[in-house]
Amino acid sequence: MSITREEVLKMAELARLEFSEEELDGFTAQFQGILDYIEQLRQVDVEGVEPTSHVSLSADFDPRMFREDEARESLPVEEALGGAPDPAAGHFRVPKVL
Amino acid sequence: MSLRRIEEADPALGAFLTCDPGRVLERAERVDRDVKERPLPLAGVPVAVKDNICTRGLRTTCGSRMLEQYVPPYSATAIERLEAAGAVVVGKVNCDEFAMGSSTENSALQVTRNPYDLDRVPGGSSGGSAVAVAAGMAALALGSETGGSVRQPASFCNVVGLKPTYGRISRYGLVAFASSLDCIAPLGNSPRDIALLLGRIAGRDPLDSTSAPAPVPDYVAELDRPPGRLRLGVPKEYFGQGLDPEVKAAVEAGIRNAGKLGCDVVEVSLPHTRFAIADYYIIAPAEASSNLARYDGVKYGFRAEAPEDLMDMYRRTRTLGFGPEVRRRIMIGTYALSSGYYDAYYGRAMKVRTLIRRDYERAFEKVDALLGPVSPTAAFRIGEKASDPLSMYLSDIYTVTANLAGIPAVSVPCGFTAGGLPIGMQILGNLFQELPLLRLAQAYIREFPVAPPPLRV
Repeated sequence: MSITREEVLKMAELARLEFSEEELDGFTAQFQGILDYIEQLRQVDVEGVEPTSHVSLSADFDPRMFREDEARESLPVEEALGGAPDPAAGHFRVPKVL
Repeated sequence: MSLRRIEEADPALGAFLTCDPGRVLERAERVDRDVKERPLPLAGVPVAVKDNICTRGLRTTCGSRMLEQYVPPYSATAIERLEAAGAVVVGKVNCDEFAMGSSTENSALQVTRNPYDLDRVPGGSSGGSAVAVAAGMAALALGSETGGSVRQPASFCNVVGLKPTYGRISRYGLVAFASSLDCIAPLGNSPRDIALLLGRIAGRDPLDSTSAPAPVPDYVAELDRPPGRLRLGVPKEYFGQGLDPEVKAAVEAGIRNAGKLGCDVVEVSLPHTRFAIADYYIIAPAEASSNLARYDGVKYGFRAEAPEDLMDMYRRTRTLGFGPEVRRRIMIGTYALSSGYYDAYYGRAMKVRTLIRRDYERAFEKVDALLGPVSPTAAFRIGEKASDPLSMYLSDIYTVTANLAGIPAVSVPCGFTAGGLPIGMQILGNLFQELPLLRLAQAYIREFPVAPPPLRV
């Protein structure tokens, strides 16, 4: 499958990333190279094969993986905000949305 | 000891991103006091920790500008457990940004060099962890694996690295890359050292629902029992095109030696191996694109200056905060999961993952463990593959399958190239079979030790 600059820009939009005009051609070519490589999965016959999303869902692992839903002490607000770029009045402050 | 060696060797090697000698000494003194009151199995053992594993109050960068100043308010369960056993975290070590890479060159913060040749990479993504152990700056290290990120640097740096069964060690506090693949993984100078560490940090953790409830054996006590007459399989697909002749010769000699331990060696086939890299480079980026959505400039880490509005803040924060490889993988993952392409890419990749698992299931019906190379080449030159992401990806061909299947595998030193670069051999086992793997690795290293050339620092 061949990918266009427009599709790259659409993916960038979805991923909240930007590519400058100068970067775009080089990136599109690299992206195409990787897609060409992963295309080889089309050669595999997967008819009737169940997907594996996660190995711990298989029979070798215990399905009783959920703990009791009990309220516990969690991180204090001050610590939770400790790494925030712009904390204010016990909240995360962001630029105006509307 | 460890601190003195870091001071001496690390300026040339660049393994450590954060090392606070005052904090280390304070902690060591505390352990000295505590050990008089109760036995501590890892009392005073210096451990280097990959910088994608959270350490309370100690900067954890993931090798990224995005988290360059991030100080976690909590520690990973593995850290809590190793500190409870008396170990001392000597510092945080370099890695590819968010563990995405095979050379540590994708770190946004510094270059790390191979102690056997300073012009070469240490491997990755846990390059700093392997260098810290190889150069004697730490006795043990924690790294992490998503697709070979401990075994490959272990093999490049002449140390032992264990990728445990998925879920064997809690992932709580390991910064998420691809959650169905990520594992915390130990590195050390011997299987015995790794057994000592693994026994302390393995086991169920209520803070990670994917941590396995399977009982944790006493790895150290069981280690010296003879491995017994094992059936060892050699996957023919691991010896094909692309395998460097020197690596091939060293691993073949290693396999012959393993046979001399009283094991039967037979050829087996893992027919889907050739699709593993393509499969991995759909699944891992897909999960990464979702996991890394959290870096939006709101809750922690970097935020771009003077955003015009919320969307502008997201875009510029992520564009400036992430390096090229991380952006590349987020883009691949976004594409593989996007509407119209999901079935063709991610959906199909999950099915191929089942076929890769089945290859191993069939092999383990016939054999107890598998032997093969870790990496197709020894350590490559810094910059050699930096501009060609696909050639970098292909260097993980023999390792990513264990991550996709969830099985354990250990990398052990098995020789050197004529140019003096380490070569590793890996031993792969069935789910939760870490003990027989470590036992075989220990017997192998005892009987067939490799004399290394001198380090360059």
